[in-house]
Amino acid sequence: MDSDLIKFSIDGRVVKGRRGQTILEVATENGIYIPTLCYHPKISKTGACRICIVRVNDRMLRTACTEPIMDDMTVVTEDEGIIANRKFVLELLLMEGDHNCLYCESNGDCELQTLVQKYQVGPVTDTSIRHDREIDFTSSNAIKRNEMRCILCQRCIKTCNEIQMCRVWGTCERGSETHLIADDNKRIGESSCVKCGQCVQMCPTGALSFQTVLGTGQNWELTKETSICIYCGVGCQIDFYKNKEGVLVKAIGNDDGPNRGHICVKGRFGWDFVQSPKRLTKPLIKKNGNFVEASWDEALNLVAEKLSDVKKKSGADAIGTLCSAKCTNEENYLMQKFTRAVIGTNNTDHCARL
Amino acid sequence: MTNSIREIPTSSGFLVIGSNTTENHPVIGSMIKKEVLNNKKKLIVVDPRNIELSKYADYYFAINPGTNIAILNGFMHVIVKEGLYDNEYVEKRCEGFADLAKSLEKYTPDYVAKICGLNNPDDIVAAAHLMATLKPMALYYSMGITQFVSGVNGVKSTANLQMLLGNVGVAGGGVNPLRGQNNVQGACDMGGLPNVYPAYQPVTTEESKSKFEMAWGTSNLSLKPGLTLMEMFNHALAGDFKALWIMGENPVISDPNQQHVIDALKALEFVVVQDIFLTETAELAHVVLPACAFLEKSGTVSNTERRVQMMNKVVSPPGQAKDDWWIITEVAKRMGVNWNYKKPKDIFAEIRKVTPSYAGMTYERIRKELLQWPCPTEDHPGTQFLHRDRFSRGLGVLTPIEYTSPAEETDAEYPLIMTTGRLLDHFHTGTMSRNSKVLNENVPEGYVELNPNDAQNYNIKDGETISISSRRGSLRVKTKVTEKTKPNVVFFPWHFFEAAANKLTNDALDPLCKIPEYKVCSCRIEKVYP
Repeated sequence: MDSDLIKFSIDGRVVKGRRGQTILEVATENGIYIPTLCYHPKISKTGACRICIVRVNDRMLRTACTEPIMDDMTVVTEDEGIIANRKFVLELLLMEGDHNCLYCESNGDCELQTLVQKYQVGPVTDTSIRHDREIDFTSSNAIKRNEMRCILCQRCIKTCNEIQMCRVWGTCERGSETHLIADDNKRIGESSCVKCGQCVQMCPTGALSFQTVLGTGQNWELTKETSICIYCGVGCQIDFYKNKEGVLVKAIGNDDGPNRGHICVKGRFGWDFVQSPKRLTKPLIKKNGNFVEASWDEALNLVAEKLSDVKKKSGADAIGTLCSAKCTNEENYLMQKFTRAVIGTNNTDHCARL
Repeated sequence: MTNSIREIPTSSGFLVIGSNTTENHPVIGSMIKKEVLNNKKKLIVVDPRNIELSKYADYYFAINPGTNIAILNGFMHVIVKEGLYDNEYVEKRCEGFADLAKSLEKYTPDYVAKICGLNNPDDIVAAAHLMATLKPMALYYSMGITQFVSGVNGVKSTANLQMLLGNVGVAGGGVNPLRGQNNVQGACDMGGLPNVYPAYQPVTTEESKSKFEMAWGTSNLSLKPGLTLMEMFNHALAGDFKALWIMGENPVISDPNQQHVIDALKALEFVVVQDIFLTETAELAHVVLPACAFLEKSGTVSNTERRVQMMNKVVSPPGQAKDDWWIITEVAKRMGVNWNYKKPKDIFAEIRKVTPSYAGMTYERIRKELLQWPCPTEDHPGTQFLHRDRFSRGLGVLTPIEYTSPAEETDAEYPLIMTTGRLLDHFHTGTMSRNSKVLNENVPEGYVELNPNDAQNYNIKDGETISISSRRGSLRVKTKVTEKTKPNVVFFPWHFFEAAANKLTNDALDPLCKIPEYKVCSCRIEKVYP
């Protein structure tokens, strides 16, 4: 028998895991739900929020995200005591922060909101532990920060330290005074942040949000479609979100691509040109030095006629085409086929060398 | 790339040469940074600019622009002389070792340091020793290797080094060019080049000719290699090239020696530009056709690791903008052929038939699986890394490569070296990134980077507008005084039409692949007095 294989039970069900795995990891692999807030599979474990507590061997409450599995242990993911504890944790978070979903970009897409509703935590009245923390909506053109909504889960810090590798976010002070800082206590817009926005993608609440989303539609109204970033050759898969009016709202890295969920500032923010009012919308033909709008038929006929003309007069090798590294395989294939089979020349190239 | 992005965690170390990875391929840059900073992997960086990765490098070589081959030969000189190469690998899998070894003799660390403008020849020895211990080491490069008149030789040198070290054909190793555009790999794979059909089948052989004539139902395919983009412009000015159809490119900003490009476009009898904006190039066209942008179309693209992925339509195109494939089909029909493509999938079905490396791919598979070419049959899993067990041609050729100087060297009139490149927040000619709110706000205008030494010599302050000239032109641009660039080297990002670096760049070409020497020309800077 494989000595690295560990057999134990979760909610009475026998499950197997590998030595070194945590209760949460094995539960997730087996489709068993345990609520989490600070935990995220892409970053190292924090064990800060205590929402994932489970009962081990009928006695101790342990955080499932950090507790290693052991032979024959019994794990209970939810009982009255656990529920009471989770409610208490959520109440403390609500007492400490100012979580008003009415004004929040993450309304409908918030892990804290989901859990508060799941455990039916009522409004808190005692806010004596609440104190003012920084709200910075202006220093960066890309990222907004409202620390009144921060639950100090440290996902943003770990994302910057372990995925984007810019090490911008950190905490300072201690205890209830603990708060988020950028670099050596700068505001995010004045820091070394390169605006990849990965911390916003990972934030479980509305503490961090994109400058570009508020007012563009409710989260539950947005629809998404996956495509590939148009910039460099890494080929990041991105989920593009649009609202009911068809306006692009935000870009979130997709886990299935070579990027594994991560994108850079260009992938995150560099797609709004698609819906720029400066886009070309009609064929244009130059007449007496000025462009005049034309119908597709008129423009296509002219192109075909002129190319045929030049071919007849000067030969196929007097014509050339440029394919495009920004177009699809299908489009490039067709352009070179057109050049070779229809025009009859190999004069086709693109900006591979540029 | 010979290897795959997901192998980055399996490399023991990295040689990054001529690639500002964290700005130009940021997601891969972050992956490499993570291995170096969090997992203690080794990093050697060779770049004229003090790029971000150089801060984390075990060894960093700030070479003069255009001297890659010299330093690569320097590393190999040490590796061969001290017997640090992978003897078994070289014997079993390579040929030409004796000739290479002989050619490397003169590239002593001192000789190389002199060419490259380095004052630490001992570090060349130490870095070579380190490389030999990294099993495997991955080599990453980009346009900082290729955009020289010696570009092809630069690439061959990187392959020489990796073969000597036994790093080709193993997971976590490889020679890994980072492709700079979303589908530059695919455009090449599809035969968007003057000398090859899809899958790099040469246009000059009767075999390819008859294969494609059969596939395309035609009998007039040319055996004569076509003109490259730069050659088209030369012939336009010579008068024997008359009409150009440009799909989604902006050569007025992206090609070297801008005035030459503009003159050539103006000399043409007929220019069609198919694009999403009225670009600087479109302004010079006779007909402009509005095309769909990337989020308005579907189809496949191939990334830098040969992975073919689906693009899906996210939003509707504005006005009457049309798919590029539709436009080409409509013109073709009007020129008398019977093309009947209804959707991209129909075209892909044809691509599979004539492109052996894509033959095993279908839309259904691409949506479900991670597929990298070559993928010759429908039950083939695709290829994670190339040259496993044997090279495509059998034995790997170690080619002696001599260092040659750039086409233009500094002199009294043009005493500084100018090099060009991209910035994190912008892309190419700015057609996309400068029409994007956040990116444009991040870097709203062009500038040149100047070393503080040079700034002091010329009495120029940070942010001051200067005049910069080369043999091809002159323009005014703001300065950014920074240690990032070395003394006597000016770095000029080329995204900005109002401060177009390519007004100044040299259109000298690599004799083999015709890549222009964007990365080095001589220039002069002058203070502007109001």
